[in-house]
Amino acid sequence: MTTSSTTPLLSVRNLRVALQTSHGQLEALRGVDFEMQRGDTLGLIGESGCGKSLTALAIMGLLPDRATVSGSIELNGTELTPMSDEALCTLRGARMAMIFQEPMTALNPLHPIWKQIAEPLQLHQGMDLATAKARALELLDRVQLPRARERLDNYPHQLSGGQRQRVMISIALACQPDILIADEPTTALDVTVQKEVLALIRQLVAEDGMGLLLISHDLGLMRDQVESVMVMYGGAVVESAPTQELFGMRAHPYTQGLFAARPKLGLKRGTRLQTIAGNVPEIFNWPLGCAFAERCAYVQDSCRQTLPELERVPNTGRVKVSQRADLSAPFAEHWVRCPEWEKLEALK
Amino acid sequence: MSTLKSFKHSAQRAFKHRSFGVGAAIVMLLVVSATVSLFWSPYPVGDIDIPNKLAAASAQHWFGTDSLGRDIASLLLVGSQNSLLVGFIAVGIGLGLGVPLGLLASAQRGWVEEVVMRAADFTFAFPALLSAILLTAIYGPGLVVSITAIGIFNIPVFARITRGAANAVWSRDFTLAARAAGKTKWDITWEHVLPNVASVLIVQATVQFAIAILAEAALSYLGLGTQPPNPSWGRMLNEAQSQMFQAPMLAVYPGIAIALAVLGLNLMGDGLRDLLDPRLSRMR
Amino acid sequence: MSSFVLQRFLSFFATLAVTSVVVFGVLEWLPGNAAQVILGETATPESLAAMEEKLGLNQPALSRYVAWVGGLLQGQSGMSISYDTPTAVLMMERMHVTLPLAIMAMSLTVLVALCLGLYAASKQNTAGDVGVMTLSQLGLAVPNFWLAILLILLFAVQLQWVSAGGFPGWSEEDGGGFWAGMAALILPAMALAAVQTAILTRVTRSAVIESMSEDYVRTARAKGLSKQQVLWRHVLRNAMIPVVTVMGLQFGNLITSAIVIENVFVLPGIGRLIFQAIANRDLIVVRDVVMLLSAMVILINFCIDLLYAWIDPRLKTEAAAA
Repeated sequence: MTTSSTTPLLSVRNLRVALQTSHGQLEALRGVDFEMQRGDTLGLIGESGCGKSLTALAIMGLLPDRATVSGSIELNGTELTPMSDEALCTLRGARMAMIFQEPMTALNPLHPIWKQIAEPLQLHQGMDLATAKARALELLDRVQLPRARERLDNYPHQLSGGQRQRVMISIALACQPDILIADEPTTALDVTVQKEVLALIRQLVAEDGMGLLLISHDLGLMRDQVESVMVMYGGAVVESAPTQELFGMRAHPYTQGLFAARPKLGLKRGTRLQTIAGNVPEIFNWPLGCAFAERCAYVQDSCRQTLPELERVPNTGRVKVSQRADLSAPFAEHWVRCPEWEKLEALK
Repeated sequence: MSTLKSFKHSAQRAFKHRSFGVGAAIVMLLVVSATVSLFWSPYPVGDIDIPNKLAAASAQHWFGTDSLGRDIASLLLVGSQNSLLVGFIAVGIGLGLGVPLGLLASAQRGWVEEVVMRAADFTFAFPALLSAILLTAIYGPGLVVSITAIGIFNIPVFARITRGAANAVWSRDFTLAARAAGKTKWDITWEHVLPNVASVLIVQATVQFAIAILAEAALSYLGLGTQPPNPSWGRMLNEAQSQMFQAPMLAVYPGIAIALAVLGLNLMGDGLRDLLDPRLSRMR
Repeated sequence: MSSFVLQRFLSFFATLAVTSVVVFGVLEWLPGNAAQVILGETATPESLAAMEEKLGLNQPALSRYVAWVGGLLQGQSGMSISYDTPTAVLMMERMHVTLPLAIMAMSLTVLVALCLGLYAASKQNTAGDVGVMTLSQLGLAVPNFWLAILLILLFAVQLQWVSAGGFPGWSEEDGGGFWAGMAALILPAMALAAVQTAILTRVTRSAVIESMSEDYVRTARAKGLSKQQVLWRHVLRNAMIPVVTVMGLQFGNLITSAIVIENVFVLPGIGRLIFQAIANRDLIVVRDVVMLLSAMVILINFCIDLLYAWIDPRLKTEAAAA
């Protein structure tokens, strides 16, 4: 991520989301921090339940009523968290757009395609129907939907999954937003179609100079699509680094586990796939300290008491993990080694 | 031992559920009244006492008397037997004939399913009350004919519901596995499909029970249902209507009885629907 | 589009045809023949023979069926035994009461239920929602003829705002008039509407709630539509599909419930006609009225099917593709 003196496109600080449930208040996001500049592509990776979608919804202001948000979300310098829903409505679809996982159900089955694309245009740019319909055609061409002119009057059920996702992309880009948030946009699609849609997103984002926040649980996808990656676990960001660096060396034991768990070609037959032992703690039972403590190969007692801070030491395979019992206590430190780095080093 | 414990646990959880608790309490009241009335009622229902006709509520007659001097409280009590009987038999007919039809349609698919479902749809097109009236007109009014008429219209209801729920079970992979293991369709239907559709059927049964009570009340009101001297809440309402100016309360009590019974069953059904919903119970 | 309509039209005719056969058939399979049922057990052999002659029972069933259907299609119907007038005349007369009654009741139902259902859905799980749901539970539990009696007790006996029953007629020469007629129908319409309103409110509420949780609502919000805009442009039309289905079914229920309600209020409608016909064992009237009512129900369902195709484009194109 480039540092710049200009206002960042998106700045998220200490984002916390609490959900009101029948079991009481649950902390679903526990302090998410990151920043994006215009034109950045950022990947957000983690397993189900780690809070990636919640982060996206929080930015868009689309959390359910029973969620309480605290912290700061700034879009182009404008603070979003205190804004009313009406005010956020002027930004949604216009300055920030989102596409979702299930293209099958994301479109209203009763409205023709062109109408659904025209909607944000009418809403934010005050276009009349005829102009909007013409613009919808342009957009469909841009997302490379074959036979776009015929498709304009089609209904969603007449299109395939990949085609529907293209329509979703055209809806998102209609008003030329500053940032596009894509929440697992290809997970529900066929593998062959996935590559095409991702390539399309990358191309369009580059053309318009938009910021892209790409959410996925798929490591391989991240490698080609984004410049930086954030890894989330247990409602917080545990590691973030430029993609190349991350794929070269992982600091956080969880990320190490993620990478190690990937099946690799060329493994000897009968080799057991590596897994990360244990389970994500239930959201009802967040531990006091590090959420990953029980599954970490390097865990110390202090890890269970307080949330640690990680600091990677550049050009080495070592990460310093610091914790302190409270604000007045001194830091306790321990070190974490990245086994992959060591292997690579050993090969040199 | 553990099944007893889990049953007790389920029962405790059930009664905590507001809808079910209230509904079940009302239904139990109904059942208790009916049972008690088999052995005792404040006055014998046949007792006509003209001098005391249309009496107001008093210590001797808790709800007063009707135009022939009969004790209203006793009539209400014994009338509950009638309602319960109608409900049980009508639902019994529906379950007994409708469920096998539905299971058959679901297991066999193809033209069997088509025929059964078309027949069910067709019966739905016929206004049920009208056909019940027709049947009672042809075969004479009375409890037996009216219960049969109501029961017949339960058959397509249960057939449809069973088929729908059974189809959902058949489409799950484990039935395919069972077939591959050599089980016949009948084995699977009995061992797997039936237990899985049971919860839907139970809920529907309470709904149909309530509907049966209402239908019988309507038929009795029209004079086509239970015949005198057997007490029937519906018929009591008819008799009360001619006394509306002299004794308006006579028209209120039997209606409350019917409404209460139906309300109890509906609440119980709603509660059961929540409790038996597998999605909800898995989350606990 | 037209192939869908054609399919439905054929289905409509087929159902009508089968219904006519069944209606005819049921009255054929009587204990004893029709003449015996009509005249009862005390009939003499001569009167039985005369009745059989009159009914044409000596002819085979098929030709009688054909004659009956043929007559209906040409607008001629049989003669009522008890009134000695064509059933068509009788039925038209009575429809002047029943049809307005049904329309009033349906309008009340739709108006109240849609408002209450929408309200309950938008205020889900708050006191307002609970209130509406409790009210609907009561509405479901109360037998409509009892509600009718209670309404009479309140408005006719106690308050004396309307009469306790009867129908003065629509024309003023007969001592009635438009408003007099409406006044006579308002209580029956309310009694009829109560149960249907309870049902439709619940259906509306759950349809709207279900629609609101669909993915396309999230998409619409992501586009920047406000909650109100989402409700009107996206949720309602989708929610209407199950609601319209139920409304169609309800009209059929209304018509048959009218049988009981007309008896409570002594209204000279179709319901009372069939009831009296059954009491008089006038099988011709019974047969023709049952046929008429069934045909009305089937027609309503056909219209609902067409309405679907208009609302839901998936049906149009699926049928065209098929």
